[in-house]
Amino acid sequence: MSAPHVLTPDRSVSTIMLMVLGALVPAICAYYYFFGPAILISLALSSVTAIAAEAAMLRLRKYPLKFFLFDGSALLTAWLLALSIPPMAPWWLIVVGTAFAIIVAKHLYGGLGNNLFNPAMVGFAVLMISFPAFMTQWPAPLMLSQHPVGFIEALQYYFSGTLSGVKLDAVTMATPLDTLKTQLQLQHAVSDVKQMPIFGAFGGKGSEIIAAMYLLGGLFLWQKRIITWHIPVSFLATLILIAAVFYGIDGSRYASPMFHLFTGGAMLGAFFIATDYVTSPTTPRGKLIFGAGVGLLEYLIRVFGGYPDGIAFSVLIMNAAVPLIDAYTQPRVFGHNTKAE
Amino acid sequence: MVFLGIVLGAVLGYASIRFKVEGNPLVEKVEATLPQTQCGQCGYAGCRPYAEAVAAGKAEPNQCVPGGDNVAKSLAELLGVEFKPVGGDQGSGPKPKQIAFIDESTCVGCTACIKACPVDCIIGASKLMHTVIANQCTGCELCVPACPVDCIAMLPVKENIANWKWHYPVIEIKKAA
Amino acid sequence: MRTFYKFHGGVHPPEHKEESNRLPIAPAPLAKRLTVPLRQHIGNPAIPVVKVGDQVLKGQMIGAADGFISAAVHAPTSGTVSAIEPHAVPHPSGLPDLCITIEADGEERWIERAPLDYRNADPDAVRLRLRDAGVVGLGGAVFPSYVKLNPGAPAGIKTLVLNGAECEPWITSDDRLMRERAAEVVEGIKIMAHLMCPKEVLIGIEDNKPEAAAAMRAACQGTGYEVVVVPTLYPSGGEKQLIKLLTGKEVPAGQRPVNIGVTCSNTGTACTVHRAVNHGEPVISRIVTVTGNVPEPRNFEALIGTPIAEIIQLAGGARPDTTHYILGGPMMGFGLNNLNAPLAKAVNCVIAASPALFPPPPPPMPCIRCGRCAQACPCELQPQELFWFSHSQNFDKARAYNLFDCIECGACSYVCPSHIPLVSYYRFAKSEIAMRDMEKKLAEQAKERFELKQQRIEREKQEKAARFAEKAAAAAKAAAAASGVEDPEAAAKKAAIQAAVERAKAKKAEAAAALLPLPLRERAGERGENLDAPSPSPPSRTHPHPNLPLEGEGTIALSPSRGELERGFEGEGVKNNTEAS
Repeated sequence: MSAPHVLTPDRSVSTIMLMVLGALVPAICAYYYFFGPAILISLALSSVTAIAAEAAMLRLRKYPLKFFLFDGSALLTAWLLALSIPPMAPWWLIVVGTAFAIIVAKHLYGGLGNNLFNPAMVGFAVLMISFPAFMTQWPAPLMLSQHPVGFIEALQYYFSGTLSGVKLDAVTMATPLDTLKTQLQLQHAVSDVKQMPIFGAFGGKGSEIIAAMYLLGGLFLWQKRIITWHIPVSFLATLILIAAVFYGIDGSRYASPMFHLFTGGAMLGAFFIATDYVTSPTTPRGKLIFGAGVGLLEYLIRVFGGYPDGIAFSVLIMNAAVPLIDAYTQPRVFGHNTKAE
Repeated sequence: MVFLGIVLGAVLGYASIRFKVEGNPLVEKVEATLPQTQCGQCGYAGCRPYAEAVAAGKAEPNQCVPGGDNVAKSLAELLGVEFKPVGGDQGSGPKPKQIAFIDESTCVGCTACIKACPVDCIIGASKLMHTVIANQCTGCELCVPACPVDCIAMLPVKENIANWKWHYPVIEIKKAA
Repeated sequence: MRTFYKFHGGVHPPEHKEESNRLPIAPAPLAKRLTVPLRQHIGNPAIPVVKVGDQVLKGQMIGAADGFISAAVHAPTSGTVSAIEPHAVPHPSGLPDLCITIEADGEERWIERAPLDYRNADPDAVRLRLRDAGVVGLGGAVFPSYVKLNPGAPAGIKTLVLNGAECEPWITSDDRLMRERAAEVVEGIKIMAHLMCPKEVLIGIEDNKPEAAAAMRAACQGTGYEVVVVPTLYPSGGEKQLIKLLTGKEVPAGQRPVNIGVTCSNTGTACTVHRAVNHGEPVISRIVTVTGNVPEPRNFEALIGTPIAEIIQLAGGARPDTTHYILGGPMMGFGLNNLNAPLAKAVNCVIAASPALFPPPPPPMPCIRCGRCAQACPCELQPQELFWFSHSQNFDKARAYNLFDCIECGACSYVCPSHIPLVSYYRFAKSEIAMRDMEKKLAEQAKERFELKQQRIEREKQEKAARFAEKAAAAAKAAAAASGVEDPEAAAKKAAIQAAVERAKAKKAEAAAALLPLPLRERAGERGENLDAPSPSPPSRTHPHPNLPLEGEGTIALSPSRGELERGFEGEGVKNNTEAS
């Protein structure tokens, strides 16, 4: 028996993972409400794939299935990936992405706790690079869609690739960020572009509410002390700051900070992706640097880069810098750098 | 480009003089790895000569018997050669630490072991009993053959409260089930 | 109300103090046989000063302090010394250690006890009294108090901190002590303050012990000592943490509180200081909490050396579902392997553990770098990094990340969601590093000694060559070419040694019992050669190794001088001294 002989009763890896999953639920509900039931199919597909891939890898690596399969980490990866990619896609897209995330990005790097890169974001990046066409087919918000897609229809599309009666174009739309980017290239002013029906009060219609739900879930995690404030605050503050600077320089060519905050993956990234324990720094100062780096890269990729949103790439780039950040931000240890009298 | 080449060459030349390392640092490093038992079991007169031979490539890095495979491994790493276990294929861990013990009832006081001890850790005078300074004994065994009356034995050092140490936690994360 | 400062981190494990702090301290009955370990403190174990069969009185010194950091041990009762041999002791290793066993005669006859008027005595005499009374820190580290109570710092001691925090769950021995014997504790503090001359005396007590704080406040009336109630937060009773809490000062890493003008002692220690100085009673008993899975948990005052099994019986005995016993608190204590181990000065608590009270830890998962441990660490370390390096046995890195600042409080393991036994890894890494450092130091010393010996042999060779050259020259000059240059010395020596060898062989044959595994080796040839060689010693008897970094330097004789060797053989009747020529 080794000291200490008592352990904290209320926290284990699986309870932490379950709480994070729980914090995603409000956003999923909003997703369902605004974009239809397709997201549920997407989540189910990725969950099943993740569990299967995890089980296969654990068996291959001779780990006890009992404890590791239900630690919730694979499920969390699956959900984050499903929430990041368009929920109107062929079934194999989400399966390939999830399997890659679990098998390559997680287990080939050593499994839980040892992966350098965020598995969900690796999965996303692989899909983004390999199948860019599918990755831009976002469903239109139900209120704007000419043909709201029901559960059966979504299921049909997932597995046959066709929709009966309607064209795919009728149910999909470019995302607000994508639209803004295209329109700005056509020399339209931001204020004009934002008059388009897809835009809501801050960001995209519907999606801004989902973003607000992510914020809510994130605050819950912070309140439960699952995550610290450092990464989300520095991430969002940096994003706001840099967006404000550009907005101040030219309000007609650069969108407002509020718009950046409530579109794309900013909120999801700030509270759920960048805060992933394994792939983010552990020191308080390191977390601030990491969050700021992700926020900066996110804005640069969004506004000046080739992709409509940059959360995956900005997180992956900063992931690579984590060991370095950790090494250089070690906090002062008790009794060091004090003056002896 | 030529100019650049000359400049960089000059910098390199300056650096090689300015930062010249005195002596052979490899010998020092090899010697620091050796257990300093001075036992000569490697075939050299002490740890230093063996270190010099290893650094010069004249000796294999797996001849240090007291150091065992641990020392052989670190030496192989240091020299960038392939690790070979000490004493053939089966290898050997570091020998359990042992120290010489003189049976004082048999000792005739001949001082032969005193001369044989490479680290001067046997005390005594002619015709008087000899004894070993236990915490300075390196366990080299050189005094054992020197004794004409076979009164020196190597005794393994037993674990006691003073030298006890915490073990590596037995619960391996992977094995837990 | 005095303000207190904060230290980083800390945890709130369930306190479980009410179980044992309700009943007053009960005296434990005298055991038949008491086993007193000689190593009950940090530093050198005490040296036995009694023999088996000796009659001892209660309080008689049976082990004397050895060296500077050491303390004496005493007979806890009168009786007969029945054994001085290794016995099970309360130690995490479970290894036996040297103990003195006393068969109690039941008469409890005391030695003569004389109070020491510390106010008019030489402070050194008071300290000596503490050393010989075996007073050590009872907070857990068992550091000899007489060493600590020495205001060595040039700036003097500003603050004397009394540690009554008792932050470990379950333990209530200091709590009860302060409630019931506050006056004695304060008397002890007065002696400490007299020795240290601090500007202020602060007594830190956690706010879960209001009765103890009230009792101490009442006892401190008119002394100027201040009772500071600190919030309950483990490990506020850690020495460095309590000093930070009370003074806001951090003890620099690798240094002791005295470096910042603070001394910290346990309240229990203060009580023993009082008993030792004002009553002449050495430390032969202590208050120990018996709690956990026992019917009547409470505190007992038991004699040092009482078997722990008997102390557990006093609390009604462990319930049948008890699986193991913990000595000390649940955060830092260790499992007791042998119930025959005696009570020692460091043992403040015995917990009977059952699966219901102390559920076995779930299997550990990999570290997910959640950083919860870093948030809990009172030393502001990064436990997840230390774990990574200790786990992979990357000891240099572990040290670079300040592994040795870890106080092993267990807060990190307590909060770890992966249930990793972090402290076990740190302890392993620490003791491994300490051992390697030790080996390295010994290797360096061996190397130095080897080199010095080589130098000496070289020098002697030269000297001898010089001497021979001189002699040869002298011989040539005298032109008296005698045949005796053949070295009669060596021949005589050989004969003498041969005789000795014969004797030794005979002796050995006699002692066929062969106590030692004597290796049999053939080395006839070497023998003569070795002895023929000139004896390697300097002509003068001065120490040839003035810088030898060793204790007891003077005693390390090198090989005897030539004169000595020959004088020795003269005694055998061999008369041949070439040196005289």
